[in-house]
Amino acid sequence: MTKFTRAALAALIAATPFAATAEVDLSGETVEWVIPFSETGGSAKWANFFAPLLSEALPGQPTVVVKFMPGAGSTKGANWFQEQEEGDGTLIFGSSGSTQFPYLLNDPRVRYEYNDWIPVMASGTGGVAYLEPEAGAKFDGSANALKDMDFIYGSQGATRLDLVPLLAWEMLGMNVEPVFGIKGRGDGRLMFERGEANIDYQTTSGYLGGSADLVEAGQAVPMMTWGALDEDGNIVRDPTFPDIPTFKEVCEATEGCETSGEAWDAWKAFFVAGFPVQKLAFLPKGTDQEVIDTYVAAFEAVRNREDFEQISTQTVGEYPVFVGEGAQRALQQATSVPQEAKDYVKTWLRDSYGVELEG
Amino acid sequence: MEMIATALPALSQAWALILQPMVLAYLVLGVVMGLAVGVFPGLGGIAGLSLLLPFMFGMDPVMGLALMIGMVAVVPTSDTFASVLMGIPGSSASQATVLDGFPMAKQGQAARALSAAFTSSLFGGLVGAAFLTLFILVARPIVLAFGLPEMLMITVFGLSMVAILAGRVALKGVAAAGLGLLIGTIGEADAGGSLRMSTYDIPYLTDGLQLVIVGLGIFAIPEIVSLLRQDRAISQDANLGAGWADGVRDWFANKWLSVRCSIIGVVVGVIPGLGGSVVDWIAYGHTVQSTRDTSDFGLGNVRGVIGPESSNNAKEGGGLVPTLLFGIPGSGSMAIFIGAIALLGSGDIEVGPAMLRDNLDITYSIVWLLALANVVGTLLCIAASGGIARLTTIRFTYLAPFLFMLIAFAAFQSGQNFEDLLALFAIGLIGVFLRRFDWSRPAFLIGFVLSNPVEKFSNQAVQIASFRFRKSFEEGMEYVFSPIVIVLIVITVLSVVFGLRQAKAIAAEGEVPTGSKRAPLVFLMVVMGYVIAALINANAIPDYNMTDKVVPLVVGGVTLAACLVLLMQMMRRPESDAVFADKEMAGEDADAPHGLWGTLAWFAGLIAATWVVGFILALAGFLVSFFRIRAGCGWGKTLLLSAGGIAFMCLMASALNRDFPPGLLQDAIDLPWPLR
Repeated sequence: MTKFTRAALAALIAATPFAATAEVDLSGETVEWVIPFSETGGSAKWANFFAPLLSEALPGQPTVVVKFMPGAGSTKGANWFQEQEEGDGTLIFGSSGSTQFPYLLNDPRVRYEYNDWIPVMASGTGGVAYLEPEAGAKFDGSANALKDMDFIYGSQGATRLDLVPLLAWEMLGMNVEPVFGIKGRGDGRLMFERGEANIDYQTTSGYLGGSADLVEAGQAVPMMTWGALDEDGNIVRDPTFPDIPTFKEVCEATEGCETSGEAWDAWKAFFVAGFPVQKLAFLPKGTDQEVIDTYVAAFEAVRNREDFEQISTQTVGEYPVFVGEGAQRALQQATSVPQEAKDYVKTWLRDSYGVELEG
Repeated sequence: MEMIATALPALSQAWALILQPMVLAYLVLGVVMGLAVGVFPGLGGIAGLSLLLPFMFGMDPVMGLALMIGMVAVVPTSDTFASVLMGIPGSSASQATVLDGFPMAKQGQAARALSAAFTSSLFGGLVGAAFLTLFILVARPIVLAFGLPEMLMITVFGLSMVAILAGRVALKGVAAAGLGLLIGTIGEADAGGSLRMSTYDIPYLTDGLQLVIVGLGIFAIPEIVSLLRQDRAISQDANLGAGWADGVRDWFANKWLSVRCSIIGVVVGVIPGLGGSVVDWIAYGHTVQSTRDTSDFGLGNVRGVIGPESSNNAKEGGGLVPTLLFGIPGSGSMAIFIGAIALLGSGDIEVGPAMLRDNLDITYSIVWLLALANVVGTLLCIAASGGIARLTTIRFTYLAPFLFMLIAFAAFQSGQNFEDLLALFAIGLIGVFLRRFDWSRPAFLIGFVLSNPVEKFSNQAVQIASFRFRKSFEEGMEYVFSPIVIVLIVITVLSVVFGLRQAKAIAAEGEVPTGSKRAPLVFLMVVMGYVIAALINANAIPDYNMTDKVVPLVVGGVTLAACLVLLMQMMRRPESDAVFADKEMAGEDADAPHGLWGTLAWFAGLIAATWVVGFILALAGFLVSFFRIRAGCGWGKTLLLSAGGIAFMCLMASALNRDFPPGLLQDAIDLPWPLR
């Protein structure tokens, strides 16, 4: 639905005499918030944080329950949501970067279409890469002195969010060998702490919760953040880590790394899809406009709570939460990856890791 | 000294936090809820914890912790009911308990087995907490000393338990474990994403099979089917001989065994990444190795209950170390636990390295809440065990349909696919035949459980080792053969040698008669067929994804070799040889009034009907026709029992906020819950 038709529809509904009485009231209803991951992941934490707040903010205070539908790296739940047409506001769906990447890479299992869904809320995170002290001593804001070192990195898989750090290190000309098959970034940090890996990255909450202590104890040296997006879509320093340079700065300082061209565009596209717009909440296609408005208003109210900043630091960090129009724009940013960028990444995945993605 | 100086005040603060009436009330509430969820096989702590999550937000931290810990702590206690009474492993923590607990129930000693198990659980939990109180302060460097080669060796040590549980024909045990390992590799490989014995056209298989389903299929279905065929009560004695006091005495007589197994539980639980699913097998193995007369293991030796049960509650305590100190969950329920802690209070407690420094009092509160929950849970369970043990005197035909109902529901919860039910049936079929032909089912399960760790740790360790060797030979050797690895190798070798000596006496399936050659031979050929198919399939993976094919090829090769030797033995030996074991030849299975296929058909019917009309309608039809036709009840009793079963199922599903498997009917028309 284009913005115009939606606005027109809203105007139409507002103009009908029913509008005043047909206010959405969810009292006594149960809203199911479906998460395509297991109970144990980051998305579960995210949804469980928002669910009670959302319940309070929705008219009629419905019970909001989080339901888990794991399988096939979240494509199973997303495929299921594609089939749903319950536009009465009793169903919402939460996707994450791990749902967006297979979509962008044309994974053969993907049978869902992001553009059909109606985004109502989006939130993001950042990421920090760090080195063991010996390599950290050679790091001078550029990766020039790191090019002749061998690095080993505990990775969850080249087609997951790890694509962003792996591609960044490759662009810097660093020789990073991923050890695949770990579950969760916490395992990666443990591998780093044991000295088996000598380079690692964590999302913001993981970094603050564990790796920052390593830095303080001198067992790790921060290298770079992935950065954050400003209003115009430019990469700027991450507000949570204003003292750590971004990959963009490091790349500019490093010989042979370009912040324009094919590789850079591809990296930036996947970074945007994976970090600043990592988690999105959707209503199913064909939802009534007044239900959409109700949800937008509810998430708006959650975001405007006085204590929101304080209670949300652990789950969403100090990053903006986008609602309504903002969420729509965020989705656009996250899913409109140019074909050349996709092709570049697919070729790189095939040549470097032997990953074949058909489609 | 400095350590104790920080620990003591924190410990007394922790007790001050715990000993508040409201905190204790929440703990008891959590325990009661945990017991209610835990007695049903296959649901376990994850279902219960996710039920609590909505209430955690902003809750007072200590109260929230009390509620959650109360629930987590009692699951490995309460799942013992299903293991001992029905032969159904309630969760991965109580798989080994089935081996001796269920035979005891069959001998009318259910109450004794239960109370021995509960006393061991209690003791294990307390030992775990006491050990942790000191250990947690020094745990960090010790946990970090366990790198990938060390974890691989522990996994191999776990696999070496097959030597003890292999049964009368050791080769069959090896082949069963190999088959379990191979079935564990089904799906997308962790390392390179190659598909093994699966295709994207059947998305279900790409995720691999769930432990819940394999556990229920291998242990529960064969036992249910066998008992149902015999149409009698579980207990051969109508009057329950030994009471709960005997169980407590049994535990006291074996208190040192209990201490040792508790320590095994804590230590293995501490190591992140192993998930504790092998702890009970290692404890069982140790129990067998340290017992002089092993002749009645597998037939109802109470030590076989005390060992694993002492270890599995202690393991929960050990699992707190990686969870709290590193923020790395030791199990699924611990992962939810971490997520929930972030929701508590103002969200300022964060698990991870800072936990000990900033929140030592909370850390100790968690450790001792766990111990306290064990005490409360155990007392409740012991009090209930005498009454619940009476279930074993009911004619099994009245119980079986409810058990089919429960395990189907539990299996569906693991992935919420209809295919979960099909997988349960298929694995159940494998279980039935493994039991019939005396192929070790524990060996199969150990293989399955360790399949993923073996593959993951070996691939990763090899990759990092080759990285070190490239730097220098010494550095590589130092990495691969660390002192811990060498100690583990020695333990493993000793364990295999001891195990093989002790194993001959263990007959996990009891005395199995032999008879004709045909059926055992056919089963062997089917197994070989699958192994060969898996080998061809793995070999087809392109070489650049070497990491995805190595383990299936090696394991498949060894399994095939074991099968070929078995085949040669079968060709040479007479029909009376143990290699031709077949339960259908004589004994209680052969004399049963009902046939195998007819009995299995009832369960198949439930699944087929679910596919058409959805679970609840299918269940209604299944219960009514089963009670009426198979059990021969009057209409009044039939309707009463069926209605009770359905009402119970609906109550449980709505309390846990779970769905039922839908069928074709539900695709076509919208129905109200629970028919939806």
